Amino acid sequence: MSAAVHEEHAHDPAHIRKVAMWVFLGSECLLFGTLISTFLLYRTRTGDGPTAAEIFDIPFTSISSFILLMSSLTMVLAHHSTGRKDWRQMRVWLVATALLGMTFLAGQVFEFTGFVEEGLTVTTSPFGSSFFVLTSFHGTHVAVGVLMLLVTALMSYTGRWRPDAGMDVELVGLYWHFVDIVWIVIFTVVYLLGV
Amino acid sequence: MTGNRGLWHWLTTTDHKKIGKLYGVTALAFFVVGGVEALLIRLQLATPNGEILSADAYNQMFTMHATTMVFLVVMPAAAALTNYFLPILIGARDVAFPRLNALSYWIFLFGGLFLTLSFFVGGAPDGGWFGYAPLSTQVPEVVRMDYWALGLLVLGLASVLSSVNFITTVLTLRAPGMTLMRMPVFAWMATVVSFLLLFSLPIITIGLLQVYLDRNLGTAFFSAAGGGDPILWQHLFWLFGHPEVYVLVLPAMGIVSEVLPTFSRKPLFGRPFVIFSGIAIGFMGFGVWAHHMFTAGLGPVAEAAFALTTMFIAVPTGVKIFNWLGTIWGGSLRLKTPMLFSLGFIFLFVIGGLSGVTHSIAPADSQQHDTYYVVAHFHYVLFGGAVFGLFSGVYYWWPKVTGKLLNERIGKLHFWLMFIGMNLTFAPMHILGLNGMPRRTYRYAEGLGLDLWNLVATVGSFTIAASVAVFFWNAYRTAKRGEVAGNDPWDGRTLEWSISSPPPEHNFDVVPVVHSEDDFWHRKYTEDASGNAIPLAASAQADPGHPETIHLPSPSYYPVLSAAGIFVMVVGLVYLPWGLSVVGGGAVVTLWGLFGWSMEPLTREDHG
Repeated sequence: MSAAVHEEHAHDPAHIRKVAMWVFLGSECLLFGTLISTFLLYRTRTGDGPTAAEIFDIPFTSISSFILLMSSLTMVLAHHSTGRKDWRQMRVWLVATALLGMTFLAGQVFEFTGFVEEGLTVTTSPFGSSFFVLTSFHGTHVAVGVLMLLVTALMSYTGRWRPDAGMDVELVGLYWHFVDIVWIVIFTVVYLLGV
Repeated sequence: MTGNRGLWHWLTTTDHKKIGKLYGVTALAFFVVGGVEALLIRLQLATPNGEILSADAYNQMFTMHATTMVFLVVMPAAAALTNYFLPILIGARDVAFPRLNALSYWIFLFGGLFLTLSFFVGGAPDGGWFGYAPLSTQVPEVVRMDYWALGLLVLGLASVLSSVNFITTVLTLRAPGMTLMRMPVFAWMATVVSFLLLFSLPIITIGLLQVYLDRNLGTAFFSAAGGGDPILWQHLFWLFGHPEVYVLVLPAMGIVSEVLPTFSRKPLFGRPFVIFSGIAIGFMGFGVWAHHMFTAGLGPVAEAAFALTTMFIAVPTGVKIFNWLGTIWGGSLRLKTPMLFSLGFIFLFVIGGLSGVTHSIAPADSQQHDTYYVVAHFHYVLFGGAVFGLFSGVYYWWPKVTGKLLNERIGKLHFWLMFIGMNLTFAPMHILGLNGMPRRTYRYAEGLGLDLWNLVATVGSFTIAASVAVFFWNAYRTAKRGEVAGNDPWDGRTLEWSISSPPPEHNFDVVPVVHSEDDFWHRKYTEDASGNAIPLAASAQADPGHPETIHLPSPSYYPVLSAAGIFVMVVGLVYLPWGLSVVGGGAVVTLWGLFGWSMEPLTREDHG
């Protein structure tokens, strides 16, 4: 790549924001890494409360995990539509992604309610504390992602929609895929290793 | 649009230079606050059985002195210089995200005010700057440590956002020809610091969240009674805390690496080694944290491993020291005030570094742990190191920022008073510590042989205070009738000296094209056969100006609005459960700010 081409590329605002998103996600890795480390330290410290094997419902969580992973597919389709400047289809896939994310969140709320009924709360044991804080921290990220998806879809109706708006979708997509990947780690480490 | 002055202008500015000034002024204000706290500590300890402070007030003083100096003085002072000079040093017109930059500053300011506010509402945090659990997680009815945990969370957010901003700036906005290895060393060290913050702050963020939840929600993260492990807090804190040490000192190392070549009229000796050892320090900084925990009972294997990594990290630091000495060697030295502070940095940092290596020997450390020997060590590194380096940068760049030179004679008085005061204060603490005087105890009995050196330390601390007063006098006098600096008062080597003092709003009329390291020097001088610098004719250095259309970021009030919402939120979080409605109110304000932000066009009309 010649220097001139490189320069033009480097000063492109879309490129700059993408670099920033990658850097930010690097920081996010450490947030989740610390929470997962805390969980690994405490995963057998259940005190008088229920253990992981006693409460986890692997088939249920597998389904909600599958739903979340499918939302990455719809996210890719949304981004693909921006390449063709097909804004209508882009909105459809953005909203579909948000709906899948909300389904996952609903599953998490349902699951948590069950755990609380079985006697595991955030104060029961270090296991309970680290489990709920880790998974709800991830859930908060999903919720923020849903908000970003819906705002992006809504903004495409306004007059402020810019020609480089495909970049917005790509940035939201980066974030969304990251949150999904983190869930794969959580599902493996917390759920599958726990039972 | 409002004019260039007035409160509204400062509240809404997105100019990296103005934000840098805001950081600088705020850091100086907190320097006075943290300094007064230190003087009260020294007054209390001046004589045996001191009567100035109660035990409770003393605990607040040493906690807030450290918290203030680390998070509200040294970090923002470095952020001030980074904000102001990083874009200029790499030939950029601003940082990558000017409004995000403003947001970082306002979050930082509100975080600092929030921490300091605690003094007036029932007492300041009193559990040490490292807030060891379970001390920090007990007694939830006394909200002091909630102020501490939430305050640091807010300050951490500000630093992570500015780190993302600086890293993106360095990666994407360098001028043509400004390759990474041609970047000035200060820009390099600012980049390393940004990466350190980016990866270390999330760790403490989670730790602080856990402390907050233990206190307010009854979780069991650090509660031994509930099955949790207080040692986990120590790991999380020092996994952040040790990289943080390098966050404090690397900017100073960057400044020294700019000042020494300028005042020796030689290029930095072994430039790539200085850069790579800075990077090495950044990496290794994450592998030494447990040397803060040698008395926590980690077992011989862990202690041996961390003893070795700790000895090892002295190597890249030593490489830097020798390269700085190599830079001075054979140079034509000019002992101006910035140079004095840089030389003072080397001298004091070597002492602090060597006493640091003594901590790496775990059995010896068990004796030194929690004594004044440790206090002596880290003040040599952080005061003799970081603060001297930062003052070197202040004297060096003051003419660029204000257009006027700080007075040399008063500056030298400042340096010598501070140098003597620093050694009077902290050198005796080595002896006090080795004689067994513990840290964080508010009184010592008579007849333990501690009286003399404590008195000397107190005299020293007031000498430091006098030197700071001299600095403020110098700043005031310079503003009134200082000597006009011109563009290039020090015969500098880097791009900031190629533009006017103070720089124009857009920094560069024409974005410079860089051909070598120390590019500006090579525009001024060529070399003869024996390597002596020969000035080039003026015509050869003239920069043909073709003013082009320059887009500058518009002022915006959304950053300060969003930050204010965050402030309201954390105030509410202290006073759960009724504070929850306050949290909601703050969240609405922040969301309003962020939404308005995302709908706001980025640039104002063309400039010039």
